[in-house]
Amino acid sequence: MSLTRRDAMIMSGVAVAAGATGTEAESAPASTRPPPQADIRLTVNGQARRLQLDSRVSLLDALREHLHLTGSKKGCDHGQCGACTVTVNGRRINSCLSLAVMHDGDEIGTIEGLGRPGRLHPMQAAFIAHDGFQCGYCTPGQICSAVAMLEEIKDGIPSHVTEDLNDVRYSADEVRERMSGNICRCAAYPNIVAAIDDVHGGRA
Amino acid sequence: MKFDSAAGQNVIDQGRIVGKSYPRVDGPLKVSGLAPYAHEYHSDAPNAAYGVIVGAGISKGRITAIDTSEAERAPGVVLVMTHRNAPKQFGIGHAPPGGTGPQQDEKDGGGEKPGRHNKPQLQGPEVRHFDQSVAFVVAETFEQARDAARLVRITYAVEKGRFDLAAEKDKGEMPEDTPDSNVGNFDSAFAAAPAKIDVTYTTPDQAHSMMEPHASIARWDGDQLTLWTSHQIIHWGVDGVAGTLGIHKDKVRVISAYIGGGFGSKLMIYGDPILAALAARQLGRPVKVALTRPQIYNHTSHRPATIQRLRLGAGIDGKLLAIGHDVWCGNLPEGEAENAADQTKLLYAGANRLLRTRKTELDLPLGASMRAPGEAVGLLALECAMDELAEKLGLDPIEFRILNDTQFDPEKGPERPFSTRHLVECLRTGADKFGWSKRNPKPGMVRDGRWLIGIGVASAIRNNLVMASGARVRLSGDGVLTIQTQMTDIGTGSYTILAQIGAEMLGLPMDKVRVELGDSSFPQSAGSGGSWGANSASAGLYYACENLRNAIAQRAGFNSTDSQFADGKVSAGGRSRNLADVVGKDGISAEGKVEFGDLTKRFAQAAFGAHFAEVAVDSVTAEVRVRRMLSVCAAGRIINPQTARSQCLGGMTMGIGAALMEDQVVDKRFGYFVNHDLAEYHVPVHADIPDMEVIFLDELDDKSSPIKAKGVGELGICGVGAAVANAVHNATGARIRDYPLTLDKIMAKMAV
Ligand code: FES
Ligand code: FES
Repeated sequence: MSLTRRDAMIMSGVAVAAGATGTEAESAPASTRPPPQADIRLTVNGQARRLQLDSRVSLLDALREHLHLTGSKKGCDHGQCGACTVTVNGRRINSCLSLAVMHDGDEIGTIEGLGRPGRLHPMQAAFIAHDGFQCGYCTPGQICSAVAMLEEIKDGIPSHVTEDLNDVRYSADEVRERMSGNICRCAAYPNIVAAIDDVHGGRA
Repeated sequence: MKFDSAAGQNVIDQGRIVGKSYPRVDGPLKVSGLAPYAHEYHSDAPNAAYGVIVGAGISKGRITAIDTSEAERAPGVVLVMTHRNAPKQFGIGHAPPGGTGPQQDEKDGGGEKPGRHNKPQLQGPEVRHFDQSVAFVVAETFEQARDAARLVRITYAVEKGRFDLAAEKDKGEMPEDTPDSNVGNFDSAFAAAPAKIDVTYTTPDQAHSMMEPHASIARWDGDQLTLWTSHQIIHWGVDGVAGTLGIHKDKVRVISAYIGGGFGSKLMIYGDPILAALAARQLGRPVKVALTRPQIYNHTSHRPATIQRLRLGAGIDGKLLAIGHDVWCGNLPEGEAENAADQTKLLYAGANRLLRTRKTELDLPLGASMRAPGEAVGLLALECAMDELAEKLGLDPIEFRILNDTQFDPEKGPERPFSTRHLVECLRTGADKFGWSKRNPKPGMVRDGRWLIGIGVASAIRNNLVMASGARVRLSGDGVLTIQTQMTDIGTGSYTILAQIGAEMLGLPMDKVRVELGDSSFPQSAGSGGSWGANSASAGLYYACENLRNAIAQRAGFNSTDSQFADGKVSAGGRSRNLADVVGKDGISAEGKVEFGDLTKRFAQAAFGAHFAEVAVDSVTAEVRVRRMLSVCAAGRIINPQTARSQCLGGMTMGIGAALMEDQVVDKRFGYFVNHDLAEYHVPVHADIPDMEVIFLDELDDKSSPIKAKGVGELGICGVGAAVANAVHNATGARIRDYPLTLDKIMAKMAV
């Protein structure tokens, strides 16, 4: 199954709740109909998972509430904080802004797949070494974002501060710009940049 | 143990582990996403139903009709609770049956208002602020509850509210707990002062914006309630829930093992734990609920706005003769005043002083503590006013501050000296390291291409608060020390520093210490608030460890007073035994607790600092970029320099936010905060924050506790915004007295 976001919205009844009841043919009020269920196959951290989900479930809630992978955090639930950052087919996204049904067949990477205590990913280890967090709530998102961000630079994807679009290079300013979608209210920012720098330089 | 005389030399002074940087012991769990936060206890609350709070759509008035029929019929809905069917609860003034137990609240002088943490929900049709709970919808899934919540139809009768502080301020009254302080004769001294300023600053409402929204899971086992929630001070949470529900506090267990940021936002309970508990009891199954990000701003609390008039008068020698600080703020009747004149009591010398705070009633959401309540906004005004007067006197801002240093409480005189005060050293060290001598005192003179460059400074002070705190310790047969206390870690590093204290006291390496926090089944502790946590909780643990050491020495047959603990051994009189052997397979446990005497009354106690900022202001757009910052702090013993530095970085960043962007905009017609999400309420992001530096001066405060430490988490924000504002003035000549310093305000006043 492959769906666009618009299809998913219509299926999910979100559009109905927004005031389109007049266009519905059924006699029962929209609110009393059971929500459409979707059969979704995901590969999460390399493992095949199959889920039967209300089509309104966000990718974030599929992970947190249905697969009990609570490492991805919900800070805002609408794309403003980055706490829910995961990778989809290798690129980072805000998983709260995406419905699970849109990811049938996709490869999802979460913090749990990156590393565990005892065998941490270099980025996780660097965050500890540089004290790149305090409360830890933004941290899984920062780390997933940082790992994917370094790939984006490597792949030559430019950012707002890139001077030469044909020559994308790593710099502290590039890191700050590209990580600005991940808010840390504890404000470990300088330490996060130091941790990323360490990993980029191969020192961690 | 009562701490009522200066601490002598003790085990902590060894500095084997305390005073060194250790990586956070909770780090591996946090970076791998395995540290559980309140909403994440799936296996402890299987089959939990999901609740969504419906908030009031008006700020003041009454619900005249509420139709829940459609919501009740919606798929998956199991309960819709409104004021018509919610169980009766108890408000402020009602302690839970059995009382609240021992409390020590520094501010109230030991006594607490009964039931002051209570937060009843859905108790009537009256609406007192926007997004107050008016219904609670519970369903099988989150999506079902969220959709059904939109189907609750409510009709209101709107009443006229008071939302404009400037318009209401003259009705303000002196708060009971913030009496005027009037020393000497301010009026005549100010009138006669050869140099003076009379300026008014305003600071806006601000939002804590911690990253983890308030969340709770409630589960009942018979009449016993367990709440996984996000709370900074566990026993306050227990008191609030037990008091509100009218049940004995022994029937409530609160667990907040990991907390996704606090900054004051989680010092009290809001709708989530109460509604989850009520619904779970009624449904006979666990219920979980998280506030949505947009709800947080109007449903919970914020730092209230202030209007501050500063009148400072000095002689031509630069000595302050008259200090006047008037503060106006607003709140709901039960809310406290924002005590923005507090730091002005202690920061500078001057014989004639008049400090007054007036609180007026407003119908906005509750104003409450946010990181350094009082000082954080008070210093935004005072430290800019100091620069304004220095400029008038033709004095360097640092020299002017140093001229007015005092080593005793200027209101009380030399009989109340400071326990420690190294403000001058902070200013001098920072000036040297930051390159202050290169600053051009004339504004608008330094350019870097299209950017105007400026440097600014501000003093920092934060009162040292202390709180009773206890801990339980146990050394088991495998040689591992386990520490249990209700103390919380809101990102402050409590897990790590308590492990360091325990390791130091018992002569163990860090990897032989386990710390368990944030559970009301552990001994009551100081909790995380007012920067008292690290010092107070460490002191409570210190006494618990002392008791454990005595018990171990006794078991070993040693004289406890001269027993040494090192390398996993206890030794005395030339004999030595392995700790694991002494305690045997059953282990040995001990408890201990600190209570504080009157040292904070006999001595003025505060942490001090100096903040330095360099900004670049775009000469065309007036955009401000902070280029570098330095904070120098003197805050007693620094238990872990790495985590303490992070605390300061966090404070400095929040200070930059206060200076340049943070502003909860009040809709004065409808009475709510308009910009209630993270896209509209701006906080600093990566791109806003340069490399920043923190220096801690060597300091021990033996009047503070046996640990000789003070708080740093709030000191880090105190004065930062003023340093930035002073730098903007130095860069552009624009003196903005209305925070935050946004481009429109700067552009209008830019002299160049
Ligand atoms: S939770 Fe997804 S961006 Fe905030
Ligand atoms: S570590 Fe607390 S928000 Fe980033």
